[in-house]
Amino acid sequence: MTDLASAGRNTSLPARSWLERIGTGHILLAVFLLIYPLMASDFFLTQIGGYSLVLGMIALSLMLLAGYGGMVSLAQITVAGAAGYTVAIFGENNSGIYGFGWPWWLYAPFAILLASLMSALIGWIAVRTEGIYTIMITLAVATACFYFAQQNYALFNGFPGYNGLRAPEAFGVYWRDPVPYYYLCLATATIAYAAVLYAARSTFGLSLQAIRDNPRRMRAIGFDVTAHKVFAWWLAGLIAGAAGVLLVWFNGRISPGTISVGPAINILVIAIIGGLRHPIGPFLGAVVVVMMQTFAIDIVGAERFNTLIGLVFLAIVFVSPDGILGLWERFKPRTGGEDWSSFVKGRSDKTKT
Amino acid sequence: MTDSTSASKGPLAQSATLTTRQLAWFAGLIAVGIFIWLVFAQWPDWLKGLLISKKAFLSAILNGLTLAGLYFLVASGFTLVFGLMRNVNLAHGSLYLLGAYIGYEAAELTGYWLVGVAAGFLVLAIVGLIMQIVVFRRLEGDDLRQTLVTIGISVVAADLMLAFWGGNTYQILTPDWLSGAIKLPVVTAVRSNGTEVFLVYPFYRLVVLAAAIVIGIGLWLLINRTRVGSMIRAGVDDRDMLSASGVNVHFVFAIVFALGAALAGLAGVVGGSALSVAPGEDVRYLLASLVVVIVGGMGSITGAAVGALIIGLAEQIGLVYFPTYGVVLTFVIMVVTLALRPQGIMGRSL
Repeated sequence: MTDLASAGRNTSLPARSWLERIGTGHILLAVFLLIYPLMASDFFLTQIGGYSLVLGMIALSLMLLAGYGGMVSLAQITVAGAAGYTVAIFGENNSGIYGFGWPWWLYAPFAILLASLMSALIGWIAVRTEGIYTIMITLAVATACFYFAQQNYALFNGFPGYNGLRAPEAFGVYWRDPVPYYYLCLATATIAYAAVLYAARSTFGLSLQAIRDNPRRMRAIGFDVTAHKVFAWWLAGLIAGAAGVLLVWFNGRISPGTISVGPAINILVIAIIGGLRHPIGPFLGAVVVVMMQTFAIDIVGAERFNTLIGLVFLAIVFVSPDGILGLWERFKPRTGGEDWSSFVKGRSDKTKT
Repeated sequence: MTDSTSASKGPLAQSATLTTRQLAWFAGLIAVGIFIWLVFAQWPDWLKGLLISKKAFLSAILNGLTLAGLYFLVASGFTLVFGLMRNVNLAHGSLYLLGAYIGYEAAELTGYWLVGVAAGFLVLAIVGLIMQIVVFRRLEGDDLRQTLVTIGISVVAADLMLAFWGGNTYQILTPDWLSGAIKLPVVTAVRSNGTEVFLVYPFYRLVVLAAAIVIGIGLWLLINRTRVGSMIRAGVDDRDMLSASGVNVHFVFAIVFALGAALAGLAGVVGGSALSVAPGEDVRYLLASLVVVIVGGMGSITGAAVGALIIGLAEQIGLVYFPTYGVVLTFVIMVVTLALRPQGIMGRSL
């Protein structure tokens, strides 16, 4: 199996240099993102840049599950929140309970690991059923976790949650300062993005996509469908967990409000607005939503922001099911997009299950 | 190899299921017996040590039953819509809350509680009708997009309701003939001078329970005994065949969606009178409906009743006996159901 897949890939990509394989778009984007701090104010660097990257990463974990695995999850913010609460409990906080004071190089990986395990657990529960049930079960899990965190004072410190979570000072840099924080988010997001791209083309990713399209056939030819899906959940958990740690450093606090139903739906909105077809979609969606959050307040007022975002979301679902990526696909100049559009066709066939 | 083992196990397995069924009946009878004893007997001291007091225990059971009635009203609409249209309506909680607000306004305006109930039911029926015709008919057959649309609607609806009614908590006042408490013929304790203390319980909550039972029976009759009901059942089994045999499927869909939304609205008014109406209640009842139908089985009215009973009781008993872990109990029930029977207790296999 592995031989076949890799052989097929090698013939289709004959001896391209790594620069070509990355693609012009990616290089331009990378250059822009790297020099972005030179032109952006602190506000644009952190509140827009860093925050978009973090939200984009959480939405990326959803894109990995939904786009490649056909499992739309509403529990990604819950996974990120699990990492956040782990940081609060094992790192240092101002709330006076727990705060074991572990160093950052210990608690950050530990939080990510714990979040990924929780994600795998949620996945294991959710893959008991198929299709539209996933969205229901993950919503139920996310809501139950929110109510639990709100009611439980012994572990989650109830309604107030944990305050005073400081980003670490390491290598002579305070990582919550605008420029270091931005680059930290950028580096993490790049790793996550590249990992998802790589995973999608790996044997595992191809099997996962095949399972999405026809689980029955894959089971019949001897693939362990459940194991593939749960592994995808675990991978998604790593990404969401890393984003969760960054999110806590950004906010400096974590409370049940961070993982309530509103933020959970927000992540889905980001992923759908951006588009679930390519890993860049969630980041696009995050930038759009964060910009709207920041600037639409002047138009509709802070009070009615949810109405606006809900209407935009509805419009996207009605007009372009593939989000901004789908819009771009529809209106971009038609030059050499053959393999892209065949990919689209494959996707749209699949949606009719 | 699999064949031979299953063949050799065949008769054995059958006799085993028979005995397990008998065992289940036996265990059920014993449980009912113990329950009746718990209700009517005078509790010995060791039991009080275990379950706090008879009054707390019985109140938890009664609260659980009335909550189950409320959950059934909300979840039955949800499960009805899913069963026929494969439409997971995540805006169902919003319909509940909207019904509650409308019921409150109507009752305030006219002064009659029953007018509020009727308004909640009828207005939400119209809202459901509009939703089905304007939105869901366009997205038929694409269940993921339908679900996404319901999420969008719930976000917008929650925000608009917050804009209109604000963040205050409202209480729909019940009329005099429904308020007050009644004495149940159950002795909770005996005072030292020999007088018996009876269990006192709010009358309105018992009415909620009774209403849920009546509506449940009504739904069962509607689905199993009427012409529209037979269309609905046929649609659940095979939608294409139903439309091929000359039935206007869209008409059936519209009726079912209107009924589902109306039940949510009715539950909103009834629940808003028993508890309160506030932003955030939509999420609470959406979660309740989700868990109830996951546990009970999607698309089954009986399943909604069973699921509501289990979740309502678990929630209230959890509230009394392990306050901060009550949600976990609900959650564990859901996970155990999914692990043992993914389609739900009354659900048909996927």
